[in-house]
Amino acid sequence: MVDNIKRSLLVALWFVFLTFPLMVVKVNTLKNIVEWRWINMLWVAIGSFVLSIVWRWAMERRQLKSKKAEQGEEESVKPGFGQRLLEDPKIFKPVLIVLALVTLVFPLVVDIYQANIMVLALIFVVLGLGLNVTVGLAGLLDLGYVAFFAVGAYTYGVLNSFFGFGFWISLPLGGLMGALFGIVLGFPILRLRGDYLAIVTLGFGSIAKIVIENWEEVFNGAKGIANIPRPGFFGAEMSIHTATTYTYYIMILMVLFAIFITNRLKDSRVGRAWMALREDEIACVAMGVDMARTKLSAYAFGAFWAGLAGVIFASRNTYINPNSFTFMESALVLSIVVMGGMGSIIGVIIAALVLILMPEYLRAFSEYRMLMFGAVMVLMMIFRPEGLIANVRRKYAGRKVVTEDANA
Amino acid sequence: MEYFLELSSSGLVRGSIYALIALGYTMVYGIIQLINFAHGEIYMIGAFVALIVSGVLTIYGFSGISILILAALIAVIYAAAYGYTLEKIAYRPLRNAPRLSPLISAIGMSLFLQNYVLLAQTPDFLRFPALIPDFEFMEPIAHIMGSPELVIVVTSAVSMVGLTVLIKYTRIGKAMRATQQDMTMARLVGVNVDNVISMTFIIGSVLAAIGGVLVGSYIGQINFYIGFMAGVKAFTAAVLGGIGNIPGAVLGALVLGLTEAYAAGYISSAYEDVFAFGVLVLILIFRPSGLLGKAVKQKV
Amino acid sequence: MRKTVIKNLVMVALLGMIMPATGFAADTIKIGVAGPHTGDLAPYGIPTKEAAEMVAAQVNAAGGVLGMQIEVLPMDDQCKPEIATNAATKLVSLDVDVVIGHVCSGATKAAMGIYKEAKIIAVSPSATNPPLTQSGDYPNFYRTIAPDDDQGKLASDFATDKLGAKRIAILHDKGDYGKGFADFAKQFIEAGGKAEVVLFEGVTPGAMDYSAVVQKVRREKADAVIFGGYHPEASKLVSQMNKKRMKIPFIGPDGVKGNGFLEIAGKDAEGVYATGPMDVSDYAVNQKAKADYTSKYGKEPGTFFDQGYAAMQVILNAIEVAGGTEYAALEKALKSSYVDTAVGKIKFDAKGDAEGVGFSVFQVQDGKFVELN
Repeated sequence: MVDNIKRSLLVALWFVFLTFPLMVVKVNTLKNIVEWRWINMLWVAIGSFVLSIVWRWAMERRQLKSKKAEQGEEESVKPGFGQRLLEDPKIFKPVLIVLALVTLVFPLVVDIYQANIMVLALIFVVLGLGLNVTVGLAGLLDLGYVAFFAVGAYTYGVLNSFFGFGFWISLPLGGLMGALFGIVLGFPILRLRGDYLAIVTLGFGSIAKIVIENWEEVFNGAKGIANIPRPGFFGAEMSIHTATTYTYYIMILMVLFAIFITNRLKDSRVGRAWMALREDEIACVAMGVDMARTKLSAYAFGAFWAGLAGVIFASRNTYINPNSFTFMESALVLSIVVMGGMGSIIGVIIAALVLILMPEYLRAFSEYRMLMFGAVMVLMMIFRPEGLIANVRRKYAGRKVVTEDANA
Repeated sequence: MEYFLELSSSGLVRGSIYALIALGYTMVYGIIQLINFAHGEIYMIGAFVALIVSGVLTIYGFSGISILILAALIAVIYAAAYGYTLEKIAYRPLRNAPRLSPLISAIGMSLFLQNYVLLAQTPDFLRFPALIPDFEFMEPIAHIMGSPELVIVVTSAVSMVGLTVLIKYTRIGKAMRATQQDMTMARLVGVNVDNVISMTFIIGSVLAAIGGVLVGSYIGQINFYIGFMAGVKAFTAAVLGGIGNIPGAVLGALVLGLTEAYAAGYISSAYEDVFAFGVLVLILIFRPSGLLGKAVKQKV
Repeated sequence: MRKTVIKNLVMVALLGMIMPATGFAADTIKIGVAGPHTGDLAPYGIPTKEAAEMVAAQVNAAGGVLGMQIEVLPMDDQCKPEIATNAATKLVSLDVDVVIGHVCSGATKAAMGIYKEAKIIAVSPSATNPPLTQSGDYPNFYRTIAPDDDQGKLASDFATDKLGAKRIAILHDKGDYGKGFADFAKQFIEAGGKAEVVLFEGVTPGAMDYSAVVQKVRREKADAVIFGGYHPEASKLVSQMNKKRMKIPFIGPDGVKGNGFLEIAGKDAEGVYATGPMDVSDYAVNQKAKADYTSKYGKEPGTFFDQGYAAMQVILNAIEVAGGTEYAALEKALKSSYVDTAVGKIKFDAKGDAEGVGFSVFQVQDGKFVELN
């Protein structure tokens, strides 16, 4: 304990040193004086001291846990809550019913703000599920996923402003356009692996944004496309509140649809090919899986969902411009997938809800909210490196549960 | 012809800065296969510390070259300290985690550091004093390459030579190369892998801070967000040259810088990033492991 | 362990969802201030927030408006349409009376529909895109800044008539503000027929340097540069032009005309032209606002501070004149009564643009913006 305090004191001293120029000194160029904000030093010292003690304690617990797991106690015998939720019908069914009820009545009992941010969160759930196919199942790291999202949003925006296409026609078209772009962009990079792939996709993401920004005749550039209609319902006039509620239900259906499809696909021939590709490309090709087709289908399929989500995104905001399609959005979706636990559907849903809703609920902290958001991302990764719900490999009758160590 | 020289010079300057940052990326990647997205923020923090130090020193009556040296020195020390701490907090606990987890942790750290500087200092752009003096002898060709540009190119070149010497001939350099080749084996033969990784972060951060000070002084302004773009470009450069490969990072950075300058000069600066990434895609199509990267034979 | 973590997460999420909009006392006037308060565009949003908070604090100390206290509710939108609609619905559900914002034209367009339906008036300090007022789609929109077309005309007339430029290079930052201004400048120069646009090009904000583009301007033998965008890019361009020993006039919009530019560009700022609201620096209201700010924060106010300050002033005045925050009365008050603000004596025309914000061209002389006649 004494040792702990001594060490924490040292840590506090280190952070005081580290933050000194930025937190304490402020040069006032106007009056040419230096402001010494000594009070900040005190806060840093106290803060880092306390945090260091907590940190040390948490690390010890983590180590203890991993030691236990190594010895094969507990963890493998008694699966975690997330897994039990999926496996045990006794828990699974009531939870599902309650969840379904909450989901159904949610927009009816809350105000428009809550419904509105929930729609955004659900859009990111779909994006997460889509990217989950590319990254989680097929193991193709994509840092430019937002490009396909933009394709969907602009498909609707452009079709609507030039030809007056409605939401319901544009929705499938947006998805198809996304898939098409997935294939087109997938072609040149079939041979690339791992992080080379990552940077090229990052490049595609930036290129998409720059093209939208500069090609004014079609995309209206930085001015953006305004007055995009919200989803229609047989031409009925709707207030924004009703329309938001309506969009919410559309989104719920789409999420269910996405879950259903991705879940089924996981067990299909192509789904297995994706996972085989992720585990070992060479072995997979040697077994006769067509590498090009499998990779392209993974891209196309992931991009398809991004396209669909893009159309809804455009209709939700009624306005789109290139600002919504930056690298930050790609990083956000990737974070959702990784934090959810690569490949796990429930994990992705929870992570999307947390990551999108958290900045909104952090509004109380106003300017500190993005600071906290960053810190939470780091902490979540440190304390749950496999994601919220580690992906569970399908088990077959008669075998013991095997927890995949997700070392994709 | 003169136009071509002018563009080449501006590409060279850009490339040199990218190279300084890219070296940090590539060294870290070589050892722990992590895309350290927060590396650009270290560069930004280096620039900020230099700005603050030089502001304080100016007010207390120091002048000229002494400010440049002290500011750069303190910036470098602080960047190293931040790099070291960053690794210890955000990456070391994730050493055995799935491969993408440290990446997300890095993105979170990047957001955190940006907002930390925004809140602790200011969201505004700040004027960065021109610390590098104007040399008389550069005046006739100042429209092609001025003194600050010359200093940038020379400093980058010197840093790179220094780094190469460090890695080739010193004990720590050998340990780094050993760790890069096989971490487990290095540990077995008595290399303290944790120290080597810390050292890698420190060296990378030092180079990034040098880049930050040079850019600040050349451009004359900084804010909390400058690290992001620089980081992405430097990372691109590192991949272009073959990630994990030190001469490759330098070559990639120069190719990227020159491509951007020529694209902006001959085609359109609105599309310069499209060309930068376009070249990247083209090169990777024909050389999937970058310009100097070795194609790794996979054992089956 | 895992169990408790999940449980906690669920608890937090549930708590967050059912957390009711925090109740406020009835006798306050709630003013939402929406704009980018985090992220790369934060420098353009925070000054407005600070201005609104300052005015509110002063008015509250003096007893408030109509005996009611003012409450400022800052809402971050990061200049992204999707976050802007979140911010807008949040403000609506908090029952704000008036909104100041948003800062970016794009975010404003995304949010206006929500305010329109909730019958909330929004006064933007900086959304300059012309259709916001001219299209008629946004009847509840007002702004204390001139639209892009007015400024574009002024800048192009100045370049061709006063400076006698024949070959003009137009650069912009690809954003809605800068590109809008540049587009109109180009349009008016081409329509005027007195000069030729030899270069029309976007630069990337945040790029390492602009030396390649500066070289290009030199090669085109341009005799004037018109730049659409904000002061950081402008000062980067100006200082690189100086480094490359180029001495041609540089004209920017009012995003450049401010102390931020003077501070960053330093000596390089000398001789730069910028359009901007008529000289108000010897105007008492403006002087006081700036002095208050400087004494509070110890630095010069940032971009759009004056406009944000003015927005707050017109709103409070309108509330006082209208005797409340009822939509129609407020609308009438905004459009009928002149107010002394930090950008001059203004009221709004039928479309929502400010009348009385005269524009003129300024030049930096001895480290200050001086109005040219």
